Amino acid sequence: MSGVVGTPVPRVDGLDKVTGAARYAADLKFPRLLHAEVVRSPLPHARVLSVSYARALQVPGVRAAASGADFPFHTGIYLKDQTVFATDRVRMVGDPVAAVAADTPEAAREAAQLVDVEYEPLPPVFDVLAGMAPDAPLVHPELGRYECVPWINPRAGTNVANHLKVRKGDYDGALASAAHVFENTFEVPQVQHVPMENHVSVARADLAGRVEVHTSAQSPFTVRHLLCACFKLPHSDVRVVVPNVGGGFGGKAGINLEPIAVALAMRANGRPVRVSVDRSEEFYATVVRQGLRATLTTGVDRNGKVVAQRMEYLWNCGAYGGYGVNVVRAAGYTCGGAYEFPNVRGDSIGVYTNRPVGSAYRGFGMQEIHWALEQQMDCVARELGMDPVEFRLLNCLGPGKKTVTGQVLDAGSGRVDLCIGRVAEATGLRGRRAEGPGRTGALPKSVKGVGMACAVKAPAMPNNASSSVHMKFCDDADLELAISGIDYGQGLMTVAAQFAAEALGLPVSKIRVRGQPDTNLSPYDWQTVASRQTWATGNAALKAAADVRRQLFAMASEALGVPPDELTLRDVAVWHEPSGRSIALPLLVLGYQFPDGHTIGGPVAAAATFVPEGLLFLDPDTAQSAKPVAKWTFGAQALEITVDTETGRIAIDRAVACYDVGKVVNPGLIEGQTFGGIVQGLGTGMMEELMLSTQTGRVVNASLMDYKIPTSADIPTRMEASFVETPQKDGPMGARGIGEHTMIPTPAALANALYDALGIRIRDLPITAEKVLRELKAKRERDAGTGKAV
Amino acid sequence: MRHEITLRVNGVEETHHVESNTTLLEFLRDTLDLTGTKEGCNEGECGACTVLLDGQAVNACLVLAAECEDASVTTIEGIGRAGALHPVQEAILRHHAVQCGFCTPGMVMTAVEYLEDHPRPSDDDVREALSGNLCRCTGYRQIVDAVLDAAGTLRARDGSRS
Repeated sequence: MSGVVGTPVPRVDGLDKVTGAARYAADLKFPRLLHAEVVRSPLPHARVLSVSYARALQVPGVRAAASGADFPFHTGIYLKDQTVFATDRVRMVGDPVAAVAADTPEAAREAAQLVDVEYEPLPPVFDVLAGMAPDAPLVHPELGRYECVPWINPRAGTNVANHLKVRKGDYDGALASAAHVFENTFEVPQVQHVPMENHVSVARADLAGRVEVHTSAQSPFTVRHLLCACFKLPHSDVRVVVPNVGGGFGGKAGINLEPIAVALAMRANGRPVRVSVDRSEEFYATVVRQGLRATLTTGVDRNGKVVAQRMEYLWNCGAYGGYGVNVVRAAGYTCGGAYEFPNVRGDSIGVYTNRPVGSAYRGFGMQEIHWALEQQMDCVARELGMDPVEFRLLNCLGPGKKTVTGQVLDAGSGRVDLCIGRVAEATGLRGRRAEGPGRTGALPKSVKGVGMACAVKAPAMPNNASSSVHMKFCDDADLELAISGIDYGQGLMTVAAQFAAEALGLPVSKIRVRGQPDTNLSPYDWQTVASRQTWATGNAALKAAADVRRQLFAMASEALGVPPDELTLRDVAVWHEPSGRSIALPLLVLGYQFPDGHTIGGPVAAAATFVPEGLLFLDPDTAQSAKPVAKWTFGAQALEITVDTETGRIAIDRAVACYDVGKVVNPGLIEGQTFGGIVQGLGTGMMEELMLSTQTGRVVNASLMDYKIPTSADIPTRMEASFVETPQKDGPMGARGIGEHTMIPTPAALANALYDALGIRIRDLPITAEKVLRELKAKRERDAGTGKAV
Repeated sequence: MRHEITLRVNGVEETHHVESNTTLLEFLRDTLDLTGTKEGCNEGECGACTVLLDGQAVNACLVLAAECEDASVTTIEGIGRAGALHPVQEAILRHHAVQCGFCTPGMVMTAVEYLEDHPRPSDDDVREALSGNLCRCTGYRQIVDAVLDAAGTLRARDGSRS
């Protein structure tokens, strides 16, 4: 069944999901389950003077309680700045202070009310600029004493959680020689992932000292690793099981509620404990996307070639570093986006504040920096009177070009120029009103515009992040492929099945992907993040399949008395085509028995791994590296919009996306990734903002009523996805990652389309109707001042 | 306060004790272990818990179980199974209209109910009809296409019957 890769195979987990058979963490039943309630800080910043749960334990049905004094253990994946429960200080509204577990949720809630916590309020800081001020309140006064990986750079005595400096060429000299210089500042608020499934974790600590965790998480082995580091347990005594996961988008990477569940379970005499958050807590007490304030300075020569580029990215990390500190790093080494800038000064700085915790969110900082970069490119082109499409093509990266870290891209890196060309052609963007809209007279009610933006992203992961798979057969020759990448919607199980089917000549229906990992049984995988699974698990699956094939052919060769290189696999059998003889796979997969009874081989099984080759650390002072990341995926999107000039509302008439994915593995799945990314991008583009009261430090729109995400009524009238296939050298059949990239360019493309329509530019997300009207009014006033009617 | 209720769930008569404040969602998930119906927000905003109550699509999180005496409730478990899927379920598979799957049961229930009374919906009609069911993964396009496709299948099936 070769030719499976590249076809729209239906999802292998589809039947489970359309019938309701698929079980998610909250669907699992546990006898004698205890229900937890977490006591959370009502203050954004305070000293914790005392915590007592003595009264809580008196509530009938309460079985366990825990606080920071009981478990003063650090968590944190890169920078150990967080504890299971607050110890001496709370740093955000929602910071866990204690937790109780009881027979019923009602008893747990009642008990939580009776946990006595004494706080001494401290001045909070919510804004990055305020956080960087010399006299700012310190969110982590003990920052200099935290354990930290060597490639994160916290600055003791400040609120800086990480700072990555990029220095390439001679920025100052090049800026001085530039014909024109442009500077703009852009902002992105904190937003939330809003997975349809809220976080939930169940833990049991048995009387033999072993811990079992069932959780809605993206990375079971990293959950195990971090839990073991936190509670100082041997890895082999901790079992993490992940069932179906109802969306993650980065918010379920690493550990979230698991340490609280384990802490309570350790005091619950072997009873399982479930910790969950409701939709409101999901918004502020799990994790969010970091805010960004980006200031870009661009120097261009007379021909429109960028000669000097400065990028200052100030990230609002919130209360803890989490994944956020690595977002800061990734944004640093990708600071130039899809462009070749010969002389660069980049500073990506993460700043602690007393806001919710910034973390990974689909794109890992890339949508935020592209919001700035792709508007800046549009601004510069318009100011120069150049076609923004031509300006991008003149300055974009491509094979042979050098990234901001000095990496020379090879021929297998993908072609952003082709993606730009494709979306520009499709929308008629090229050559369109290069000088910007020059309307005179009264504005019509509806005005159309077109805009585009590029995207690039590499996997942000440790250089040695690996994936592995196991393969074995059932008696009937159904192939079981065990993976530990999590398919929380992106289609990994289906893609893995396609690679295995392709390599073994089997129909996809004969492949059973065991994709709900159990760390006791499943092969190791680092994490399901970074758009790395199709590539990493796909490679491991192809390798394992080659091994399986070799084993089958060795047996069949002996059985048929023919050389193995004359054998083929098709129709669930090994064939010797020259003689027309074959052996059905069920006769081989558990070992081949000859007519006289003697048996050769044995159960066919394989294990295979993948780790990327040749990745090199960044220079600590300049971030230069010949190969800092495993791969880049480039792309572009264009949006056609209609703006209602009376209401400020924007309708998206058409969204056109093009990505160089190396190889389209499944057109149906990749279309779903693209459409999903565009709509999620329009959510952050037009609707979403986590609003926080600076009086109380509370998130004021922590509900789906007040924090709107796109519905089916909000989607573009038309969406189109197309793909360039420049094979990735180390990709499975040439494929590279795409999951995150689809939402990266959308908000910037929208901003550029709005400028195209009306000559107004909104620099702070989201682009709401109110902001459109405000900018239109401001423009009218400006134009009235210059005598130009709009 | 405890109430005894008798109702039909997916065609089966069930008699159980429930508390006054037990929601239909809790009753279905916790008492009957019908976990295909999901809790996404517990405040009627996301549609993940959509079930049919006497034929009408409702958010099960907003209905009290005690109010369901004599009612007929259909959940995703009553819609189709392997080998005998509802045309809406078939179409969703065909159109790759599932990703994480958490919204899928509720989405199916809304679509099944909607198509009963709207055999020839337009694209806009379907987008409007599904707008109470949030999905964060798919961008809705393939779901809308699937529902339009299922409408055609249902028309053909009903046409061949009449």
